[in-house]
Amino acid sequence: MTETGMSRETARLNRRGFLGAAGLAGAGLATAATGVRAAPPATPDPLITDVQDWARVLGDGVQARPYGSPSQFEKHVVRRDVEWLTASRESSVNFTPLHELDGIITPSGLCFERHHGGIAEIDPSKHRLMINGLVDKPMVFTVEDLKRFPGRQNHAYFLECAANSGMEWRGAQLNGCQFTHGMVHNVWYTGIPLKTLLDEAGIRTNAKWLLAEGADSSGMTRSIPLDKGLKDCLVVWSMNGEALRPEQGYPVRLVVPGWEGNMWVKWLRRIEVGDQPWHQREETSKYTDLLADGRSRRFTFIMDAKSVVTNPSPQAPLKHKGPNVLTGLAWSGRGKIGRVDVSIDGGRNWRTARIDGPVLPMSLTRFYVDFDWNGQELMIQSRAIDETGYVQPTKDELRKVRGVNSIYHNNGIQTWLVRANGETENVEIG
Amino acid sequence: MSRSAKVFTAATLCVALAGTGMVLAQQRPAAPAAGAVAAAAHVAAPQRTGLGREAHAAEVAAWAIAIRPDGQGLPPGSGSVKKGEDIYQTQCAACHGEFGEGAGRWPVLAGGRGSLKGENPEKTLGSFWPYLSTTFDYVRRAMPYGNAQSLSNDEVYALTAYIMYLNDLVPESFELTRENFTSVPMPNVGGFYDDDRETTERAFWNPNPCMTDCRPTVPQVTGRARVIDVTPEGRSGPRVE
Ligand code: HEC
Repeated sequence: MTETGMSRETARLNRRGFLGAAGLAGAGLATAATGVRAAPPATPDPLITDVQDWARVLGDGVQARPYGSPSQFEKHVVRRDVEWLTASRESSVNFTPLHELDGIITPSGLCFERHHGGIAEIDPSKHRLMINGLVDKPMVFTVEDLKRFPGRQNHAYFLECAANSGMEWRGAQLNGCQFTHGMVHNVWYTGIPLKTLLDEAGIRTNAKWLLAEGADSSGMTRSIPLDKGLKDCLVVWSMNGEALRPEQGYPVRLVVPGWEGNMWVKWLRRIEVGDQPWHQREETSKYTDLLADGRSRRFTFIMDAKSVVTNPSPQAPLKHKGPNVLTGLAWSGRGKIGRVDVSIDGGRNWRTARIDGPVLPMSLTRFYVDFDWNGQELMIQSRAIDETGYVQPTKDELRKVRGVNSIYHNNGIQTWLVRANGETENVEIG
Repeated sequence: MSRSAKVFTAATLCVALAGTGMVLAQQRPAAPAAGAVAAAAHVAAPQRTGLGREAHAAEVAAWAIAIRPDGQGLPPGSGSVKKGEDIYQTQCAACHGEFGEGAGRWPVLAGGRGSLKGENPEKTLGSFWPYLSTTFDYVRRAMPYGNAQSLSNDEVYALTAYIMYLNDLVPESFELTRENFTSVPMPNVGGFYDDDRETTERAFWNPNPCMTDCRPTVPQVTGRARVIDVTPEGRSGPRVE
């Protein structure tokens, strides 16, 4: 079914736009150039000529808002869920409003939630963390103990649910990057290396695997290779400089950099050390990748490089011709983002986006393309390339090797169709 | 600051802090020569702080309830299909359906054999799960939903036996025990292999990704999320100025 196509003329112009500076003005997406400024209005703007309330009367004093919250005009910037996805909200997911955010850090209250037994509300004085199994001595730590350990660290890491974009395997389903890509967030964590605690308990030489367990009513468990646990996993109590939010595992969660979000056990209460994986429900029934031949990959921990254009996107359409800012996010579980390319003609031609802000390993990375839009239809895509040389595949390339039943690890290139009226849609192209 | 000056400062600081009852944790073990202090910052051998306490055996027993495929962790006990059916009908069927078919959108627990290559794979103990231990472990730690860890070990054995029965893995007369736990083979145990993306998907590592004229034809839209219309709170089109 072909509903729309870009004319050859458009494509030619776009290609020229990408290829040579001389052709940019004619392209749908040209590098921002000097525009024609609007003349003064016939009548002056009353917002300027009248004294506004906020400029006349006193506002709230200090302590009217002892814990600040966003402006009343930002009420629409919230996590959202898709009700039909799950049978109960206690085992469900909501999504980060990526199209409303900028930079690389996700505000704590907007980080998507995924619970399997609702939010455990735990008094930190009643929380315990146990290390047992193949250790010299099984140990118990309080939250205060954890905060007394030497070697505290700070890191920004992305957390992506393995099922992010999982609804899109069979085709474009959800119209908005919040829903197609919003199971990711990026937070500054403070805590101590898991290795510190394992050293304290003394791991036996035959140890090979760890089991991380949560204190919530799902008793969430995941097997984690010991090597990963010793390399860069953290036990954290702080996100973005303050205590973890309850929905993110207060008082203590595990951080497993670059690996699928389900392993980052929240409300972390126990680490067992063993010599084999446990094959828990979340690594057999769930979080295994069913391929076309009916067999399944297991222990697909690493999140492959991925990116998405957050603006424009279906929830953030283009509203103006002339200067516009295209922006998006890229990330890789294998390290740093090396480069991000952007296409406006459905992947025929690419150009490298400008990255701004820190490029950190296993962290969201922000990219921009500043452009002039002349009202032409666009097929916008982005393509992340990480420092290992992995290039984000197209959805079709991914389907070719995985089929459409794997639910998890869909990192295929997203296409947004921007129509002449600026409306933007999630589409599949062929 | 020169290197030797830095080392000197570190050593002085260490001595000064020690004098006030404060010791730099990384340098605690001995009173090394100035050169060794600098080195210690780079090779930090595992070191115990003395923080935390030893666990009581009963504490470990209370929390360490994970079961492995080889049966490690299974408590003593047993339960029959018959007994499992009684518990299942009162505590599980409301959500999972009388025959494990799933009520509404609640998870399906039985059936789905032969569905893995099809349009609608159904992943149950009988069709997909590689190990029986996962059922025992999960039901014991997380079910019934909303009243977790309320079942006795014998009840969990019985429910596991009943879910096996619902999946045609055992006859109605079956009783599951710690001793016979690993004796029933799971149909899809051979259906899993470890992550091999770095070899089978090697082509995704590409030093020269195409930049121009990468598709032979102009892309056509082949599918649209709006047609499916399942997005919450879809917005109408914007106005372009
Ligand atoms: C109130 C509804 C409800 C009841 C009652 C209930 N369950 Fe569940 N069950 C669920 C939900 C919801 C999940 C999935 C939870 C998740 O994904 O985090 C689930 C998951 C399961 C699973 C794993 C399914 C899979 O495919 O991974 C098993 C096995 C199970 N339940 C068994 C039981 C048994 C046995 C009982 C009775 C003792 C029971 N359940 C009672 C709602 C229920």
